[in-house]
Amino acid sequence: MADIHLEHLCRLAQLALDPGEQQAVQSDLARIIDMVDRMQTVDTSGVEPLAHPLGTAARMRPDLVTETVDRERFQALAPATRDGLYLVPRVVESA
Amino acid sequence: MTGSAPPTFASLAELARGLRAGDYTSRDLTRAFLDRIAAHDAALNCYITVDEERALRQADAADDRLRSGSATPLTGIPLAHKDLFCTQGLATTCGSRMLENFVAPYDATVVARLHTAGMVTLGKANMDEFAMGSSNENSHFGSVANPWDPDRVPGGSSGGSAAAVAAGLAPVATGSDTGGSIRQPAALCGISGIKPTYGRVSRYGMVAFASSLDQGGVLGRSAEDLALVLAFMSGLDPLDSTSSDHRDPWLESLQHGAPEVPERPPVIGLPRQYFDGLTTGAGHLDEARRVLEAAGCRFREVELPHTEMAIPAYYIIAGAEASTNLSRYDGVRFGHRCADPASLEDLYLRSRSEGFGREVKRRILTGTYALSVGYFDAYYKQAQKLRRLIQNDFLRAFTEVDLLLTPTAPGVAFRRGELAGDPVAMYQQDIFTVPASLAGLPALSVPCGFEGGLPLGMQLIAPHFGERGLLETAVLFQRDTAWHQEHPGTFP
Repeated sequence: MADIHLEHLCRLAQLALDPGEQQAVQSDLARIIDMVDRMQTVDTSGVEPLAHPLGTAARMRPDLVTETVDRERFQALAPATRDGLYLVPRVVESA
Repeated sequence: MTGSAPPTFASLAELARGLRAGDYTSRDLTRAFLDRIAAHDAALNCYITVDEERALRQADAADDRLRSGSATPLTGIPLAHKDLFCTQGLATTCGSRMLENFVAPYDATVVARLHTAGMVTLGKANMDEFAMGSSNENSHFGSVANPWDPDRVPGGSSGGSAAAVAAGLAPVATGSDTGGSIRQPAALCGISGIKPTYGRVSRYGMVAFASSLDQGGVLGRSAEDLALVLAFMSGLDPLDSTSSDHRDPWLESLQHGAPEVPERPPVIGLPRQYFDGLTTGAGHLDEARRVLEAAGCRFREVELPHTEMAIPAYYIIAGAEASTNLSRYDGVRFGHRCADPASLEDLYLRSRSEGFGREVKRRILTGTYALSVGYFDAYYKQAQKLRRLIQNDFLRAFTEVDLLLTPTAPGVAFRRGELAGDPVAMYQQDIFTVPASLAGLPALSVPCGFEGGLPLGMQLIAPHFGERGLLETAVLFQRDTAWHQEHPGTFP
């Protein structure tokens, strides 16, 4: 079975699992990784990885201002704002 | 005033004729679909949001256009949008608690283009959370029933779109397809569905799952209906840098006319790897082949040797891209935010853990694993190399044949809950749809028969930007068959 450090993965992905679901997720992931491990049976040396299905580079556009930021409208979606700023819990403690 | 009750299972061309002839108004037509939704959607759960007032307002505007002579063939025709296309002022949930209260400040390009054409938005169709699923059982807003048998799944992830069209709760619907999410539900619900070439349809305003695979498309009653909507929604979009600048005068011309049958019947390949061991539906595919042969198409067997690597490669690439795309949900700028966060890390952790469902977490963790230090080459890079080999298989086959014909899904609609505990078995549902997604090829599914009273679909796959061959051949098939005209008896 695949060697999965679930706690480490959860930390990287910023996810917490309920104690009740950890076992199930661990075994689901192990089965998924076992399934994808079939990929290792194909010799792909010399094959160029394909990142974009049409193999094209991103299109460039003229460097012109095409839109302006409508802060009020976009921040209306935010859970917590004040004076045009997004609010999060204090990161740096006050002295 | 109006002459007759608007037909709810008519083709888009018939509806356009009825509207222009004044047999009914867009308001009548919209009202008729809203009434059907009110009557049947409690049993099906196709819609997450229905906004009657907004729909009727759009219908009135369409009626003004029809009277003034500035209408397109789509003006006044209602539709459902899969709930991952952003709609300004109307909730876009993506089937997730994370976006339960999200109201986009802009329209997706697909939504804007169809709105400009005069279409009326009935509401937002249910879907697997963040489009991750093959059964529509992963929606925060409840699973969707298959109109042919409510104990069965409609497929996914565009299951709400497919079930709504099949049950006559919308004449046509948008969908998105990352690994089969238009084609598989279309097959399981007995309707037609097209995933265009990657880049054909703008992804702007379509909530991202796996950006190198995601493609918007259409689910409808016939290939002709798909073609008409596709003609209005596709094309270069400066707001999506991956949208293609490939011009297609044929597709543009469909804004004013219907697709014909192919001038020269195509040579169609049957990939051996898709038929070996196929049990369900093999007889119907044989029959479909005979129908197309009688119409002049020729068939030959082809080889796509890396087919069995498609599912593993897909679940690594899609997982990796999803884990990256979904890192934007942090409880800060929009989306779900946990109550009383104790610290910034607590805010991220609990907002994400509360906002995402089980399957989304599984995919994020799979992607995180594949991208983590020490595993990148063995998983992510290897998957991308296999993606190249899979695409090369197709390119080689298309030097011998014009199109490929395959089953769309390995079986008919399965029972709700049947595969819910086994993600790997669920992932195998995508075995015939994922390869074309990895290669960026256009593909469609059309109904080709019934087994045990449940619909079956067949898939046609074309070279990049070969939508003309796909749609014309499907039009030919639907000229000579009537499977696409069957409707579930429970929703007359």
